[in-house]
Amino acid sequence: MTVGSPAVVIGILLSTVIVAAWLIWVERRMIGIWQDRLGPNRVGPLGLGQVVADMVKIFFKEDWIPPFADKPVFVIAPAIVMVTMLLGFVVVPFAPGVGVIDFNFGLLYFFALSSLAVYSQVLAGYASNNKYSLLGSLRAAAQSISYEVFMGLAAMGVVMLAGSFNLREIVEAQKDGWYVLPQFAGFLAFLVAAVAECHRAPFDLPEAEQEITGGFHTEYSGMKFGMFFVGEYLGITLNSAILVTLFFGGWLGPAFLPPLAWFILKTLVFILFFILLRAALARPRYDQFMSFGWKVMLPLTLANIVVTGAVGLSVP
Amino acid sequence: MISQLRTLWIVLKHTFSRADTVQYPEQRPKLYPRYRGRIVLTRDPDGEERCVACNLCAAVCPVDCIALQKTEDVDGRWYPEFFRINFSRCILCGLCEEACPTYAIQLTPDFELCEYDRRNLVYEKEHLLIQGTGKYPGYSFYRVAGKAIAGKDKGQAENEAPPIDVHSLLP
Amino acid sequence: MPDKIVGNDFGPPKAGPKDGLQGGSPHKIVGNGFGPPKAGLHIEIDGKSHPVKAGENLLQAILSLGLDLPYFCWHPAMGSVGACRQCGVIQFKDANDAQGRVVMACMTPVAEGMRISLQGPDAKAFRAGILELLMTNHPHDCPVCEEGGECHLQDMTVMTGHTVRQYRGLKRTHRNQDLGPFINHEMNRCIACYRCVRYYQDYCGGDDLQVFASHNHVYFGRQEDGVLENEFSGNLVEVCPTGVFTDKTFSRHYSRKWDLQTAPSVCVHCGIGCNTSPGERYGSLRRIVNRYHGEINGYFLCDRGRFGYGFVNGPARLYQARSAETGPLDVSTAENRLRAMLEDAKGIVGIGSPRASLEANFALRERVGAERFHAGIGDAEHGCLRTLLDLVRNLPLHLVSLREAERADAVLILGEDPTQTAPRLALALRQAVRNRALAIADELGIPHWQDAAVREAAQAEKSPLFIASPAPTRLDDIAARTCRASPRTIARLGFAVAHGICPEAPAVMGLTPEHEALAAEIAQALTSAERPLIVAGTGCLSEDVLRAVGQIAAALAAARPGRATAVHFAVPECNSLGLALMDAQSLAHAAHTIESGEADTLLILENDLYRRADRTTVDALLTRARQVIVIDHTLHATAERAHLVLPAASFAETEGTLVSSEGRAQRFFAAMQPAGDSRDGWRWLGPWPCLDDLTRALADSLPVFQQITACAPGAAFRIAGQKIPRQPHRYSGRTAMLADIRIHEPKQPEDTDSALAFSMEGAANDHPPALNPFVWAPGWNSNQAVGKFQDEAGGHLSGGDPGIRLIGDGAGTGLPWSVPPETEASIADALRLVPLHHIFGSDETSMHSSAVAERAPHPYVALNPEDAARLGLAEGEEVELAPDVWLPVKCLPGLAAGIAGVPAGLPDLPVPVTAWQSWKPNKPGDETS
Repeated sequence: MTVGSPAVVIGILLSTVIVAAWLIWVERRMIGIWQDRLGPNRVGPLGLGQVVADMVKIFFKEDWIPPFADKPVFVIAPAIVMVTMLLGFVVVPFAPGVGVIDFNFGLLYFFALSSLAVYSQVLAGYASNNKYSLLGSLRAAAQSISYEVFMGLAAMGVVMLAGSFNLREIVEAQKDGWYVLPQFAGFLAFLVAAVAECHRAPFDLPEAEQEITGGFHTEYSGMKFGMFFVGEYLGITLNSAILVTLFFGGWLGPAFLPPLAWFILKTLVFILFFILLRAALARPRYDQFMSFGWKVMLPLTLANIVVTGAVGLSVP
Repeated sequence: MISQLRTLWIVLKHTFSRADTVQYPEQRPKLYPRYRGRIVLTRDPDGEERCVACNLCAAVCPVDCIALQKTEDVDGRWYPEFFRINFSRCILCGLCEEACPTYAIQLTPDFELCEYDRRNLVYEKEHLLIQGTGKYPGYSFYRVAGKAIAGKDKGQAENEAPPIDVHSLLP
Repeated sequence: MPDKIVGNDFGPPKAGPKDGLQGGSPHKIVGNGFGPPKAGLHIEIDGKSHPVKAGENLLQAILSLGLDLPYFCWHPAMGSVGACRQCGVIQFKDANDAQGRVVMACMTPVAEGMRISLQGPDAKAFRAGILELLMTNHPHDCPVCEEGGECHLQDMTVMTGHTVRQYRGLKRTHRNQDLGPFINHEMNRCIACYRCVRYYQDYCGGDDLQVFASHNHVYFGRQEDGVLENEFSGNLVEVCPTGVFTDKTFSRHYSRKWDLQTAPSVCVHCGIGCNTSPGERYGSLRRIVNRYHGEINGYFLCDRGRFGYGFVNGPARLYQARSAETGPLDVSTAENRLRAMLEDAKGIVGIGSPRASLEANFALRERVGAERFHAGIGDAEHGCLRTLLDLVRNLPLHLVSLREAERADAVLILGEDPTQTAPRLALALRQAVRNRALAIADELGIPHWQDAAVREAAQAEKSPLFIASPAPTRLDDIAARTCRASPRTIARLGFAVAHGICPEAPAVMGLTPEHEALAAEIAQALTSAERPLIVAGTGCLSEDVLRAVGQIAAALAAARPGRATAVHFAVPECNSLGLALMDAQSLAHAAHTIESGEADTLLILENDLYRRADRTTVDALLTRARQVIVIDHTLHATAERAHLVLPAASFAETEGTLVSSEGRAQRFFAAMQPAGDSRDGWRWLGPWPCLDDLTRALADSLPVFQQITACAPGAAFRIAGQKIPRQPHRYSGRTAMLADIRIHEPKQPEDTDSALAFSMEGAANDHPPALNPFVWAPGWNSNQAVGKFQDEAGGHLSGGDPGIRLIGDGAGTGLPWSVPPETEASIADALRLVPLHHIFGSDETSMHSSAVAERAPHPYVALNPEDAARLGLAEGEEVELAPDVWLPVKCLPGLAAGIAGVPAGLPDLPVPVTAWQSWKPNKPGDETS
């Protein structure tokens, strides 16, 4: 197995999409469990067929475009989020020899794609020609700008410690200890930013159903809505994977399990954590959310960089 | 912040608690007589229709799914000429039962109201009317109302004095 | 002849659009008394100072301010008697008094600086206590009571907060009576407020509704079962604060008030133009209730107007077009057939109708051309209306509204029985004779609202009312003098009165001494009166009588320079005056045009010609015409002979403008969608996209109608962008009423012709009065909610009473004196026929209501008993009125000698008395003349 071999690439592509789709079931089951319900359990064993049923339904649904929408933009928007999220997996170091590309600026590439994804929401909201959609897309744009700032800064501590933007090198650099310990503040900031980047509860303000009906995807249905939906789960998976890579030593782990298993296990924990957040926490008000980003998290990450830098310079 | 973490912890602990879900239809839930399901029209203890077509159920219905028309029989009883409930609109809120001054309209524990054709959810009086008194045996509106009907003349209802002799000026 | 007229007796001359609304302009509500402060006083209510009008009682003042205070026995039209004790408030002695005492607001005059409390705990407890007492015997009936949901007693019970009955004793009960086809009786519900008898006896002059027994046994009813005779008995339904008297016709197809779809409408059963509110449910018209109009009907309607709605869904209603050859037609076939017939026509004669709107008549006029447009009324009536208009246009006449008529202090009725031809006017005249009583009260310092005291002070004193008519009238009981004579003699009497008022007017030669004396007495009464009023009309079809009225009016104006004379002309149908203003040709002209072959097609709009001329004439006309097209809502004899009948919408299903006998143009609106295939009369006749366009075209082409577009706001009118809903906000059954037909709920029908919507959604308040479909205010579910829509209790509607007066503002400059007619030559053994009108019977449409038909007389020929004896005719004997029309003789004491009265307009009487004919009675066996 080598990085970039066609079999590996196709394997990663298929498994990420399938995992993302299956996350729909995982999320519904987990929230069910945490809320003392059962969740979907009728279609197939344990309700695993639910996703298939959902997909069949969503594929056969009328592909409807509102007459007042900006048609080409309306069609392109959901594709953007799918594509950027899938491209994000290119740099993820699943295990030694498992990955699509080994890229020196892997981390920067991840940030770039993560920023691009917001175009999807902005364009979707704009093209829908609906006041709720526009509000949602405005929120998405403001949220991405605000939270990406310290997302990048939060990861800079790791880069300073590892001395590289290459994600594989960052993983290798954690042989002696995961960066979650020296970079705990950075980890917290990155975690919060990752939730916000994925528009996940409690930071799902761009699509807050109770306030703006569905935000940027109000007018979407059928497979176009499905792409937003799967895009969101791809985002969760990608962000979980990057969290694991940056702070929890990627594939590193005791030898009784293969490295890939460790990576998947750790990622799964974070995915479950994302779901737990949604099951447990309430959505903040928009102004609280923005001031939390700018007034708490940004200073925290800046302080983290200063401290990391100072420690790095004083302890050679 | 602490409370948020506490919330997360409490929710996480529910991983190990039992689900409350009842696996309908394999398991049948226990439904009590006051459960709000399919609506019926009942009869008074004499076997006459209790509904007097007062229209209060229709007025209180938040989805306006009840329509009826008053008519009157030779005895002076009011009753509905037609009484229609569109169950495809009904939200089983029970306000009609609360509004009913004669205990005619009652909700029953039958909630299995599924049809392949929506038209079958439009119930007319013949579908709604049952033979019994439902949850309130013994009550008959006309026994307390002042209106005279066949078999109950003026002054024969509960707490009524005999009709006044208008030719008398005696106290 | 008088100089320039500067005013009339009832205030400054009215400028047309002043009391109407400009279409489309934002509507301004003056408020419930919060508008311009009234001249007068300030009183302090619960610590707040309020302006009130001097001379009012506290209850009036409080309600005029828009505050809520429960009451039962008080009625704005009937004053106070202090019977029910419900309106208790606390009155404080002075600024330092904290205790106060409970007084009855309705019996307490307002005074400057008065301090009262409505919300004080004692006042509230007092009112709740009184209500509880009133309710002790009230049965547990609301679900089976027709009043439920619009019951003043329910409203007041909620308002006082009495929620739990503590009384556990026996309730007194009463047996009910059968009060005829109009009114249900349920005496158990009575709270003994005495409103019914005060209304029935004191206000309407009825004597067959009485109070029996004593203390809490009092019984309001007739001496024995039987029809309530008064023509205004229907108002008991609204006067009674609870469900003792309810509408029997409504009960047969009952719906709660909140389920009725209503629209502002105008009564179509006589020329007065009372405002009504017809209510629809499940596609049929369910009832008519009064819609308050400060200048016309006020709080009351007549029974013909209230119960005559049955024709809208009656058995004779036309729902489908039909052709004489092929029977029923669908709409598109009917349209094609109509088009083909009109294209094929060699000339079309259009016959309009006095019971169709101005717009429908105008659409016909546009279709056939002005010179081919005919009025469709009898030639005698046509002549009368022309004379009438001539007088109104050229003499200083002021056509009075009913409110003004109520203020007249001397009234002369010439040749008319207003109770039968313009019923609501008769009720107003009954109030007018009370002006003497009010004057006496003024002298004694008794306020007018002190009803019992005013009546006690005045005893039987009445303002003078003189009636000269061929037959006894229903107002004879309040008349100072009555005179029974033939129409010609009545006219001569009128001319003599004119001569008595103004010696310049030519004298009448050869009057009998009694008539001379009577004329002098009437002249004296009219001259000395402050606000004299003359009432006449087309009732006896005599142009002489109308000319006599003109003569008197001119004489009065000459005797009282600068003041127009108050007159009211009763006209037979709802748009008689409007049609007359259109200057249509006569029916004889139509017959001539067809006869001469200039035209071969008759296009008849909402008219039964057999009611307009005698059978042979109409038969000839219809036979001669090659094509006869009838557009009407009811199947009648003319429609049965038509080649094509097109179903028209009735008044409850269409919009339009009617001109009342006051000269007031009023808009009425559809309460429901046209039944079956029927559509607005004007929609069959032309390419008019909506009513506003048609009204505008009419206003532009006939100058007299210039202002009618301002009768009511147009279809583009919106309140905050919304239309006005026809349905109350608690309209029920929307998702179930049609579910048996189609499970998919239909879209609400759109209304392009008005600013009203067939919906429960829309602007909830601030409706302009002309567009207010029904009255409702929070806490006021009965029709008494109207207090919230008036500028003061019993006053005008906030925002102005609807309608625009088109004529009769006293602007005429004068006509030369008319020459009095000579006495008619007597014909040996012959009698002159005069039409005798009946409130139930003479109107075409109301006779399709079974309840009204039940009250109508059977056809008869009325003779003075002496004439009958002279001719050897006995009561009940059959005589031949016209070839093969045999009617029983009815001896009518009081009928003028030498005349024979024939009921006008009865449906089974095929001979309309169209002119002042002479008639020799034939008995069976006589040779037919």
